[in-house]
Amino acid sequence: MKTYSLMFAGVGGQGSLLIAELTSLAAVRAGYDTKQTEVHGVSQRGGSVETHVRFGEKIHSPIVTPGEAHAVVGLEKLEALRFAHFVDPQNGTILVNDYELVPASVLNAEALYPHESIAYMKSKGLRVISLPASQTARDLGDARMANVVLLGALSNLLPIERDVWDKTLRLRIPAKYMEGNLQAFEAGAKEMTERMKAEA
Amino acid sequence: MQEFLLGNEAVARGAWEAGVKFVSGYPGTPSTEIIETLARRYPETNPRWTSNEKVAFEEGMGAAIGGLRTLVTMKHVGLNVAADAFMVFPYSGTNGGFVVISADDPGMHSSQNEQDNRYLARVAKVPVLEPSDAQECRDFMMAGLDLSEQFHSPVMLRTTTRLAHHKGLVEVGERKEVPTREFNRDPQRFSVPIYRLLRRPEVEKTLTALAEYAETCPFNRIEAGADHKIGVVTSGISYQYVKEVLPNAGVLRLGMTYPLPANLLRDFCSKYETVYVIEEGEPFIEEFMRAAGIANITGKELFGVIGEYSPARLRKTLGMGNPPAPFTDGIKLIQRPPMFCIGCGHRTVFAALRQLRVTVSGDIGCYTMGALPPYEAEHTTFCMGASIGVAVGLEQAGHENTVAIIGDSTFVHAGIPPLIDAVYNKSRLTLIILDNSATGMTGSQPNPISGKDAMGEETPKLDLEALCRASGVQNVAVVDTWDRKEVVNVIRRAVFFKGPSVVIARGPCQQLPEIKHSHRIPFFIHEDLCTQCDACFKVWCPAITRTENNFPVIAANECTSCTVCAQVCPTDAIKLAEEFA
Repeated sequence: MKTYSLMFAGVGGQGSLLIAELTSLAAVRAGYDTKQTEVHGVSQRGGSVETHVRFGEKIHSPIVTPGEAHAVVGLEKLEALRFAHFVDPQNGTILVNDYELVPASVLNAEALYPHESIAYMKSKGLRVISLPASQTARDLGDARMANVVLLGALSNLLPIERDVWDKTLRLRIPAKYMEGNLQAFEAGAKEMTERMKAEA
Repeated sequence: MQEFLLGNEAVARGAWEAGVKFVSGYPGTPSTEIIETLARRYPETNPRWTSNEKVAFEEGMGAAIGGLRTLVTMKHVGLNVAADAFMVFPYSGTNGGFVVISADDPGMHSSQNEQDNRYLARVAKVPVLEPSDAQECRDFMMAGLDLSEQFHSPVMLRTTTRLAHHKGLVEVGERKEVPTREFNRDPQRFSVPIYRLLRRPEVEKTLTALAEYAETCPFNRIEAGADHKIGVVTSGISYQYVKEVLPNAGVLRLGMTYPLPANLLRDFCSKYETVYVIEEGEPFIEEFMRAAGIANITGKELFGVIGEYSPARLRKTLGMGNPPAPFTDGIKLIQRPPMFCIGCGHRTVFAALRQLRVTVSGDIGCYTMGALPPYEAEHTTFCMGASIGVAVGLEQAGHENTVAIIGDSTFVHAGIPPLIDAVYNKSRLTLIILDNSATGMTGSQPNPISGKDAMGEETPKLDLEALCRASGVQNVAVVDTWDRKEVVNVIRRAVFFKGPSVVIARGPCQQLPEIKHSHRIPFFIHEDLCTQCDACFKVWCPAITRTENNFPVIAANECTSCTVCAQVCPTDAIKLAEEFA
């Protein structure tokens, strides 16, 4: 059985930890041995946040090795770039939210921000799929659901059935946010299916 | 039944299942979630936050000799604070099972040093268990209590960041109620220091018995491998990396790393040409093996003492390939350091200190970020409570107008004796207490200033002003941290006052649930009134960004209505949206 290694990257407060956890819980529900790791602490305060998820028959290390990730999910362009080297250059996918958050605490950050990161990652021969997840989520009523849009897109790349995802979301997300989040997941999954068709 | 648990949640689950009836600790990454989980899910364990780790340890010691199964939690540097009690407890030994968590932080993800507390355990003569995954976090917690009762010894359960903060599947069971053991007066054991000399041989006897136990301890496990040339001795999370990188090696996994099993190690190593000793942190096992005369080992000279291990690092070290590094050629990978939250009251204080250009000694908390750009307003940070003593010392070295800055929780933890001392020794320092009524950096846990305990119940609130006055400080001022001008004025007056002063800069932590989820009306920047002078950008609020036309704009769903940007706007262009209507 294949081992799946995933890296979730974002800015503290964007909800990358939540979708990493939903992925882990879905993998557990689907019967895989699963491990997840992140570093808590000041990283919650608007800094870079990285979460590793691995699942398969038997998982030892919770840490993903650079160059081996099946997918890198970036909730923000600079953070996707920061962790892009984790992706398996042959068989991996970088899923990135086409969205920029300029670090407010870096002097001259606006001038230094690498706006061209998506083209750059593609120029390295990596499979990069960028989605307007924040815009899609805003259209659905709440920009904060961008994370779940990306999760829906990611679901197309993983061996986990749709009803397992649905059950996992229903158990973990509070009822009052459920309908919107299910729509966000569906929108992401649909968009990803179309992108994959277009690629083929 | 299986649950998907964080290492720390698994420790909490183990404590609950094993019938623990008293838990104390001070928040510290990466240990904090243990007590948080117990408070949320397992109140039968009677969890509490204490003022500092020494208090936590001493309350735990009392509970354990009183007959309860007891857990005490802290991060690695917390054990330094509790060391006084930790070193003496083995002389009396315990009654009810006693486990202390030392959550070490290799890689210093959220700490001021890398400290391998297995050495502290050796100095104290306390046995150490080191789990390797979330399941063992639960299992070893439970076994640690049994071991403690069997040998009447306190036990250290040593976790590390990666163990404490990874999630895995854990087979769990139900709670077992354990009766309280009887406690009787026994001066030889529990009091009168002159009797301690009589207890001294008991400590050695216990240690010898524990060393014998280590030889057959089920947690010290040999896993035969297909490779007959290379063997590996390992412990903790490193075991997982070894299984991944060297799946065919014979492995001796040590789950009990103090005292160590000399015979087991000798026998294992005699079967291989070369044995790698792969342990994150210091060469604790390796030094023991060398002292025991085991020569065919390779350890720290190859694997290194600094930082976290990982499968990638092991592969690279063993010449098994170089994993790719971050992309930096032809692109700027700018950093994204953590920063003060939107609406955080620390912002105005550090802006004022930057402006006043005084010598500032900092302390441990979110406010260590005051040393970083854009504020660059702190000169030193060492350890809990050190800001005050360091300021007094700097003053003696000729730095007039020294300012010490400390959070409310850190002040209660270790700031009170140095404040008393500063007054006693006639310092004229200024102490700023950032009172946000929470232990902010670890996730806004309550403390004696919050008026709430770990269970969220009401409790008397410590009166900071009265405490500072009682210490002999005449000049005590309180300021609202969202009042930018007043913050500058109050700090300036305190700095130039000819005697010790305390400024209590008060404003709630923005991560407190009742604050985070309160209803705020966002501020709005009116483009017709805005002259693009950029004054509002200079309050460095992450909620303020630019439009395509270069106007500042406030993210409505992030604004905490702190008003600080409105206070600096020279054209009154920033108001509540409704005020423009």
